Amino acid sequence: MSDEYEHKLEAKSDYTGDASSVSTPDIDAVPDAELPDQELYHSHSWWTTYVFSQDAKYIGIQYALTAIGTGLLGLVLSWLMRIQLAWPGLGWLEPSSYYQFVTMHGMIMVVYLLTALFLGGFGNLLIPLMCGARDMAFPYVNMLSYWAFVVAVVVLLASFFVPGGPTGAGWTLYPPQAITAGTPGYNGGIILMLISLILFVAGFTMGGLNYIITVLQLRARGMTLMRLPLTIWGIFTATVLAMFAFPALLVGCLMMTLDSLLGTSFFMPAMVSLGETLTHEGGSPILFQHLFWFFGHPEVYIVALPAFGIVSDLLSVHSRKTIFGYRMMVWAIVGIGALSFFVWAHHMYVSGMNPWFGFFFATTTLIIAVPTAIKVYNWILTLWRGNIVLSLPMLFSLGFIVTFLNGGLTGLFLGNVTVDVPLSDTYFVVAHFHMVMGIAPILVVFGAIYHWYPLVTGRMMNETLGKVHFWITFIGSYAIYFPMHYQGFVGVPRRYFEIYDSPYIDVSTLLLNKFITIAVLIVGAAQLLFLYNLFASARLGKKAEKNPWKANSLEWQTPQMPPEHGNWGKELPKVYRWPYDFSVPGAKEDYIPQTQPPSEIIGAKVEKT
Amino acid sequence: MIVALSIFLITVGSIAFHFWSPWWWTEVASNWGNMDDTILLTFWITGAVFVAILFFVAYCVWKFSYRKDRRAEYKPEDKKLESRLTWATAIGVAALLAPGLVVWNQYVSVPENAYKVEVFAYQWGWKYRLPGEDNILGKTDIKYINDENPFGLILEDPNGKDDLLVDAQELHILKDRPVKFELRTIDVLHNFYVPQFRGKMDMVPGIVTYYWLTPTRVGDFEVLCAEYCGTGHYAMRGRVVVDEEKEYKKWEAKQITFEKMLAKNRKNDNLQLVKKDK
Repeated sequence: MSDEYEHKLEAKSDYTGDASSVSTPDIDAVPDAELPDQELYHSHSWWTTYVFSQDAKYIGIQYALTAIGTGLLGLVLSWLMRIQLAWPGLGWLEPSSYYQFVTMHGMIMVVYLLTALFLGGFGNLLIPLMCGARDMAFPYVNMLSYWAFVVAVVVLLASFFVPGGPTGAGWTLYPPQAITAGTPGYNGGIILMLISLILFVAGFTMGGLNYIITVLQLRARGMTLMRLPLTIWGIFTATVLAMFAFPALLVGCLMMTLDSLLGTSFFMPAMVSLGETLTHEGGSPILFQHLFWFFGHPEVYIVALPAFGIVSDLLSVHSRKTIFGYRMMVWAIVGIGALSFFVWAHHMYVSGMNPWFGFFFATTTLIIAVPTAIKVYNWILTLWRGNIVLSLPMLFSLGFIVTFLNGGLTGLFLGNVTVDVPLSDTYFVVAHFHMVMGIAPILVVFGAIYHWYPLVTGRMMNETLGKVHFWITFIGSYAIYFPMHYQGFVGVPRRYFEIYDSPYIDVSTLLLNKFITIAVLIVGAAQLLFLYNLFASARLGKKAEKNPWKANSLEWQTPQMPPEHGNWGKELPKVYRWPYDFSVPGAKEDYIPQTQPPSEIIGAKVEKT
Repeated sequence: MIVALSIFLITVGSIAFHFWSPWWWTEVASNWGNMDDTILLTFWITGAVFVAILFFVAYCVWKFSYRKDRRAEYKPEDKKLESRLTWATAIGVAALLAPGLVVWNQYVSVPENAYKVEVFAYQWGWKYRLPGEDNILGKTDIKYINDENPFGLILEDPNGKDDLLVDAQELHILKDRPVKFELRTIDVLHNFYVPQFRGKMDMVPGIVTYYWLTPTRVGDFEVLCAEYCGTGHYAMRGRVVVDEEKEYKKWEAKQITFEKMLAKNRKNDNLQLVKKDK
């Protein structure tokens, strides 16, 4: 449609002096709707409005709050671990508890916080609004998805209260140790963990199908795929990845459950466990690792791609500039998503799999660095000659660029099979993945919350508190993880309850542990500021004007803000352009919303989108 | 201004930390110094990118911070620039990968003359087995493991009879002789790791994994388990001593063959049986 419209625009401007007076339905034409307007479920009681809600916006908030609540537990666990590492002499923690905390911290943060928050939280809130739909395609299934997630969390937390406590197998849950004596929670906690994951996958599949179908089927008139905000591209691609990756985790969990409960031997070879010969025979522990990482590596991108998308939008809006290289960005997201299924065994270079696989996976892993680098270039080129507003979302986005760059580059160390040999299973790995899929995406989460908070509550979050929160979190977490890489160079292995004064380790390495722990305590405590800001601003925050950031995307163009049930009032929006028309020469304002028809901005020299 | 300055200082601080902090790798004690070289190369290439990008960001934030009277540039795409950056990245990545793959090829190709040593891991400790005079390690099976035969050697295999069994946490190896570690575990996953050797490989029940190295300096090194293996993981330490020929022979002579161990164990058993009979 855009081609036609450009021609018409040129033809028009030939004979009209004053552009604004000319408005014909022609140049504002958008394709007809292909589907009838969605019939919505209208709630009648408090229960169906706030608890078993079928409105994607509420479900998004429910997902986000549940995920953040679970994440807080993960945060406290990390404190406990770090205190043990810094002051092993205290002797207040058993090795078994330490390993249980490590495991629960990892699993909670990766799956129950980040995955649930990005896809369940931001996905639900933003997909219908940014695509111009009234709700998700299947609101009832969407509600079930959230409640399955809640049950999964409850089962996970229940494992703290079973005899033997939660599993202490490490978040990778490698067999045979996950289900043999010698590992904490090997017969109770691990089963609950596996069941919880199975429930999570089931719930997530319900949500995921919703996200995919909504993006493909329910976009507003004129909203072509190449006019979608990158946020949606990120969430959409991540969801597609999840649909392919989670089944591998699901079967892995099912098979391990059978190994543990029914005595099958999918992953269990003949072995002796603490002096006792087990009845298992012929299984392969490495098979589980393949299944786990076939899920686990795409999982990294399930977290990263929504963050990539969101940060692209934040950078563009807050530097008042078109995102640089939109099409390249879209293809980079899709390309990274596709490639992410061919790199999983780079987590297994020294796992005992056939070492010749190393050549293949090192090559694919380094290839994936190319589209990732393109994304970084395009973010920083978006800043170039922008008009950068140093708002909270922008600050967090800049923090993301620093930490993601750092973590991405250390990925080039670990992906290169030779370099991985000395560094694998050391603190270098811990530092790398925290920087790249812990800190970087979480900074985006914060940026996104500060950005979309007015859309949810109609109020702004407190700027001063936000700035304090930003500086402590950003500088603090960099101070935690940057030096940690160097512990890895020294050779300090991960998952050590206590390192003792090994002959190859300097005293200063132990001192560094204390420094890191103190930083962890401070950064963790600073999150209380954020939580206070989050809840208090809902009442005390400054009232937000409509479209407070002067953004173009559809979520800010609803008739009411915060949007009501059904989002769009009587009529669904029509979309005339992409969401990145910022600072267009000849336009009156420095932004042109997606809903603004061409006839209203005749003088503006927009490029066709 | 503060933001741009902070990004600048973080970049400079990271570089300063890299060069002047006391934390760096241990002195290498094997032929895998080329792994360190690959890391250094990676440091130079990625470090340059790190500095360039962050300086660029700091500059942008300083130069283009918001002014009401100014507008951002409107430039959605620049095909030429994008393709140049893509190619430059591809070349940089290839420069990292190629040397890495060369070293990996050496790592997975064991020299034929390598002396084979079995590393035997269990929850939570180490034992070792040397091939003895015939230079061949006898076959093993987990089901033969018992008090009499703690390594589970197959009795019918004649190659096993002269194997030297080291039922201690300490192993000696000879300096400058390539050694292939055949890694075996009887229970869960483990990983035989000596920081100074750089090498690493998981041990997986049911299969024998391996890696090789040539020790290059005499010394006494700590062995750590590098794959989480249960509650005692952190305490699973051993020792590897790299000896010159003379000391090595002395140590080797003290080790006991499988045949002798079996005879000794059986005698003990018989004694016990006799005691029971009484």
